[in-house]
Amino acid sequence: MAISEKRAILTKNELISMYKEMLLIRTFEEKAAEMYTRGKIGGFLHLYSGQEAVAVGFISALRPDDYVIGAYREHGQCIAKGTDPKYVMAELFGKVTGISKGKGGSMHLFDIEKGFLGGHGIVGGGMPLAVGVGLAIKYKKEDKVCICFFGDGAVNEGAFHEAMNMVALWKLPVIYVLENNLYGMGTPVYRASSIPDLIRRASCYDIEREQVDGMDVLAVRDTAERSIRLAREHSEPRFVEAITYRYRGHSVADPGQYRTKEEIEEWRKRDPIVRMERYLKENLFITDDDLIAIRDEVNAKVQEAVDFAESSPFPPPDALYEDVYA
Amino acid sequence: MAQTITYREALNQALREEMRRDSNILVLGEDVAAYGGAFKVTEGLLQEFGPERVIDTPISEEAIAGTGIGAAMVGLRPVVEMMTINFTTLAMDQIVNHAAKLRYMSGGQIKIPLVIRAAQAAGLQLGAQHSQNLESWYAHVPGLKVVAPSVPADAKGLLKSAIRDDNPVMFIEHEALYNTKGDVPDDEYLTPLAKAEVKRQGKDVTIISYLRTLILAMKAAEHLADIGIDAEVVDVRTLRPLDTETIVGSVKKTHRAVIVEEDWKSVGMGAEISARILEGAFDYLDAPVMRVALAEVPMPYSKPLEQLAVPLQDDIVMAVRQIMGKA
Ligand SMILES: Cc1ncc(C[n+]2csc(CCOP(=O)(O)OP(=O)(O)O)c2C)c(N)n1
Repeated sequence: MAISEKRAILTKNELISMYKEMLLIRTFEEKAAEMYTRGKIGGFLHLYSGQEAVAVGFISALRPDDYVIGAYREHGQCIAKGTDPKYVMAELFGKVTGISKGKGGSMHLFDIEKGFLGGHGIVGGGMPLAVGVGLAIKYKKEDKVCICFFGDGAVNEGAFHEAMNMVALWKLPVIYVLENNLYGMGTPVYRASSIPDLIRRASCYDIEREQVDGMDVLAVRDTAERSIRLAREHSEPRFVEAITYRYRGHSVADPGQYRTKEEIEEWRKRDPIVRMERYLKENLFITDDDLIAIRDEVNAKVQEAVDFAESSPFPPPDALYEDVYA
Repeated sequence: MAQTITYREALNQALREEMRRDSNILVLGEDVAAYGGAFKVTEGLLQEFGPERVIDTPISEEAIAGTGIGAAMVGLRPVVEMMTINFTTLAMDQIVNHAAKLRYMSGGQIKIPLVIRAAQAAGLQLGAQHSQNLESWYAHVPGLKVVAPSVPADAKGLLKSAIRDDNPVMFIEHEALYNTKGDVPDDEYLTPLAKAEVKRQGKDVTIISYLRTLILAMKAAEHLADIGIDAEVVDVRTLRPLDTETIVGSVKKTHRAVIVEEDWKSVGMGAEISARILEGAFDYLDAPVMRVALAEVPMPYSKPLEQLAVPLQDDIVMAVRQIMGKA
């Protein structure tokens, strides 16, 4: 499939860095899966493989002082927002050097300094938080925006409707990004939603909405630029549905038997990283050697993250009672 | 004759047997049908009973609970699976404000024969939002019954009783118990609600618990026997209504009580049980009632910290030794 033609004007460096970021997230996730199998990582591990274009397309269009809220499949979003992967890996290992000091784990990454506001384990739970963030931005007369990512499963939570209504009512600079990967755990969208065409969910709140191919990072970036501009300049919410796919099961523990091999293969043909690679070669004359150098750099970074996590200490016993109250 | 099965299988059998008996019983919840339930408790039910009786819902806890209550109001006997107790917080309005109160407020016109099953607990490194023990929240509310089985035989017998009960029952399961095995009678049986059970006879001290910590208490009792302390172990089984008689009766016999719970100590089940013991057996006590409970923190993710937070067998042994003056 060809890459989108309508797109924002980006420099060569920007394009390469988006590619690199997607590759970093993919490599990080595959390494995390390996570490999980080796028992280094506990709990649930929800991987993002396949969905990289959504996080990178959107977050690369943000300013560093903008905010991002994720759900529990948020490693990629956190890394895209600028957190060094080593602090994410250390968190997955439960180490004191982790981004949440080992107290959050995979589903609860927080990097306030970088504007990454979580990591939330309750489906739909982050959506009302984004209302508050948008409200604060508006109250303080800032020109920041907040992107809130959530899955197709979350549109059926009461929190979704309550949040959508309030951002629309109060005209808050929040961009709700629905990552429609077609499944909530093992349940396909059409078995959970009275309207499988989820973009229509925004219409009853009169929120400007747009659908985008979530496997095409340039298309996502383009949509992101538009939505962010609208939110920033007019303090208005925006609703974007990115159609995407997760290659792996719901979590590493899920064999994902509710999907066929053929279906997964079909989606893999649209892989956002492979497509971007082709685009870079065809349009920017990036050579195979350049790509190998990028891959080496990314691999080294992920290995560094694992080494850092591995060699970091667990939190000391005293940490148990720390941070309960301010 | 008895069969040795897991806690999970025991629950599955209870659902099957009851659904075969009464076509008013439906199972509904997130991924309970095709997926077989997040903890595989409802596996195979879809195949046997079909999609009209085994119903996958959207992820909408408030609406799921409400659906169960509404169906119960008009004559069905739904068993709702809430995946984990953490998500019942989204349905608190329906459970606390509706299920628990409709009968009372309607002057007895309505009955709500509803079971809400929810798994709870820490130990799987799932972090604070996925590792809670909220039994005392629900045990606080008049109008609800709260059940918490620790062994497969009780899991089956209590679930069957809960399904047949005409009240809303919060049926709390423990995530770490699903794979544990135990003997279960072959024949049809019911375990009565609101009845505690003495699971081990002893004369020196009573250890009172339920769910996973009951298993730890049993092991601790064996260990204590080796060092000459004869512990009696009481399995509370139903947290509301609480069987004060069995608990107080045991303490009157042993003169000492250690309560082990996996929820927070503050305002937890142990506080309630302790108060009942003081009300009912104050003059019989040779030592203050002791409590072993969860650390007063949101559950940390990191394995060593998580282990530090939850009560362990050694904590029970230590508490008992202390109360016996043998620390
Ligand atoms: C309130 C709540 N209910 C149920 C769950 C259990 N659960 C975790 S993820 C999930 C599926 C969510 O699917 P979706 O929103 O589409 O996100 P995706 O996994 O596709 O990224 C469910 C049911 C939960 N974490 N929170």
